[in-house]
Amino acid sequence: MTLFAFLLLFAGAIFAYTLNLRAAQSIRNGGGNLHSLTSFHGMYAFLLVLIPAFVFLLVWLSFQGTVINALVQRSLPADVTAGLESGPLQLIMAEIASIAGGRMFGTPDEWKLAAADRLVNLRVTSQWLMVAFLLAIIAGCIYVARKRVSATFRARQGAESIVHALMVFCSVVAVFVTIGIVASLVFETFRFFQMVPWYEFVFGTVWEPQIPIREDQIAAEGAFGLIPVFLGTLVITVIAMIIAIPVGLGSAIFLNEFASPRFRSIVKPVLEVLAGVPTVVYGFFAVLTIAPALRVFGETWGLPIAPNTALAAGIVMGFMLVPFISSFADDALSAVPRSLRDGALALGATRGETMMNVLFPAAIPGIVGGVLLAVSRAIGETMIVVMAAGLIAKMTINPLDSVTTVTVQIVTLLIGDTSFDSPKTLSAFALGMVLFLVTLVINIFAIRIVRKYREIYD
Amino acid sequence: MNMYDTERTEAALDVKNLKISATGVNVHYGQNHALKDVSVQIQDNTVTAFIGPSGCGKSTFLRCLNRMNDTIDICRVDGEILLDGRDIYDKGVDPVQLRARVGMVFQKPNPFPKSIYENVAYGPKIHGLTRSKSEMDQVVERSLRKAALWNEVKDRLQEPGTALSGGQQQRLCIARAIATSPEVLLMDEPCSALDPIATAQVEELIDELRSSFSVVIVTHSMQQAARVSQKTAFFHLGSLVEYGDTSTIFTNPTDPRTESYITGRIG
Repeated sequence: MTLFAFLLLFAGAIFAYTLNLRAAQSIRNGGGNLHSLTSFHGMYAFLLVLIPAFVFLLVWLSFQGTVINALVQRSLPADVTAGLESGPLQLIMAEIASIAGGRMFGTPDEWKLAAADRLVNLRVTSQWLMVAFLLAIIAGCIYVARKRVSATFRARQGAESIVHALMVFCSVVAVFVTIGIVASLVFETFRFFQMVPWYEFVFGTVWEPQIPIREDQIAAEGAFGLIPVFLGTLVITVIAMIIAIPVGLGSAIFLNEFASPRFRSIVKPVLEVLAGVPTVVYGFFAVLTIAPALRVFGETWGLPIAPNTALAAGIVMGFMLVPFISSFADDALSAVPRSLRDGALALGATRGETMMNVLFPAAIPGIVGGVLLAVSRAIGETMIVVMAAGLIAKMTINPLDSVTTVTVQIVTLLIGDTSFDSPKTLSAFALGMVLFLVTLVINIFAIRIVRKYREIYD
Repeated sequence: MNMYDTERTEAALDVKNLKISATGVNVHYGQNHALKDVSVQIQDNTVTAFIGPSGCGKSTFLRCLNRMNDTIDICRVDGEILLDGRDIYDKGVDPVQLRARVGMVFQKPNPFPKSIYENVAYGPKIHGLTRSKSEMDQVVERSLRKAALWNEVKDRLQEPGTALSGGQQQRLCIARAIATSPEVLLMDEPCSALDPIATAQVEELIDELRSSFSVVIVTHSMQQAARVSQKTAFFHLGSLVEYGDTSTIFTNPTDPRTESYITGRIG
């Protein structure tokens, strides 16, 4: 029925389109001087029918369930619902719904069967009502659209302003979703800081979020010090960058200036494949290949290496970021005008000198922008560290030790049974806020640098 | 054919003054035969102009003279080009050293995103031409003076070269090219991105440069060729049609195509 309604909607819109198109054509053929092209008249009618009917369908579909449930619930025998809280009432409603769907357990009460019948009836009625209203709306809109067709009607402006409004709506949706996410983050963080003072969070050096959930439970008191967690993120990010920056830049410089077209045509796609590997696969690789290899290597040298080292996670994350940095640097180098390269070569500079003295410095703003974006990705990266880094926060910068990261802690804090009024759960939002702020600052820097660079070389 | 013969005798007479001698040069871009059997003798302390309609091969030939075409993968150059009697396409010749002897100025001013000083000092630096900072200062000043730019920039040598006006940028590029003391200066439409005043300044400069270098200039403007050059070569569809003294080419051309181009009937 819903599918039918949508088909009806499109059929109506297309009908409106042809109707107005024909009407406009007949005016033109009759010698009238149309303001807008005939196709704009059609387009105007199409949009005028499609949008209200579509909005109506969405509203109806999203509210019909709630309304039907409320109606059924009100019709339940008063002696059954009297004094019931919302929980048990929901259970009853769920049972009625499953009876209506044909799944019966045991022999339900008579009144439940009656309610299920009513539910089914209401659903059918609702569907028919929906189609009836839809038809009315479509017909009304077609009528209005058809009435407007005339030689002087500005159909192009009409259609354009509708499309304009649609585009405004789309961009506003994106903005509001962002504002919503930030607002919820800020709100929950604020609640967290009501329970744990902010200076303890920012300057604390112990992170032990396990706190007693029940009165009689034996657990640590709970300490929410950001520093050891953030230190872990920092250690892993630094290791990743130590790998990603030289390898990424080296490959970009080589591919951009020195590689033969044949070599480039092979290596570029391979790098792109590397960029397309899901991070969970990198996680496997870190846990199952790099970490054991590091352990074996450590043992031969007598080094104690933890099974979950920052090094393994950092190395793999670094390789994840190589294509990112490489493609950014390649773009930045390619964006340097060819005339600069020719100028240097014509002075008798070698290709290496041209690259090092002219192309690379000219491209450096773009490259720095790319590297900063890579850093913010490394900080926010979750899957690799969840799989390959540890869980316990330590105050250490030893890459061979097990460290944890902000993202790992957020994941573990929100997995399993959580109550949303304990500092343990709320601390995840505070951590999220920290991540958000750090990556925001880095991104602002990166975007500023990239923009400055564009101004110079356009 | 007749023209070539007279030209060769002339060149033979003037052999002491001969700088570049190109014989039978062909250039292919992939399948495209861009330059067909071009032979030219270019003299020292002379401004030689290459004129012709767009796509006639004049820039391509210019870029053969310092092997800039080597940087284009699909480009292939055949024939013989002698600089002071030695083949520049010989295996033993390093294009990097050749380009230090044959400088080039491009159509669009292309200063490096560095300071004015570093722009000029770049060539001498990479070729190790100076031994001390003061010597480098002298080279920079001399080059900027020769390029008629010194008075305008002497107080702001540390400012970026890209901050200069278009005409100043082009003169900066000329200063940069002559800082390595080349023997030949190639100019690829050096005034096409400039306004008339800057053009006049650059043209005046070209005339002065003639005392130190052999200058080869590609230009779209026939008036410019007539103003600045002593020798003119007319290219059409990849071939050298006519080459001779500028005054002869412009007043009494031998080939009907040259005459059509100069009088504005083709091109």
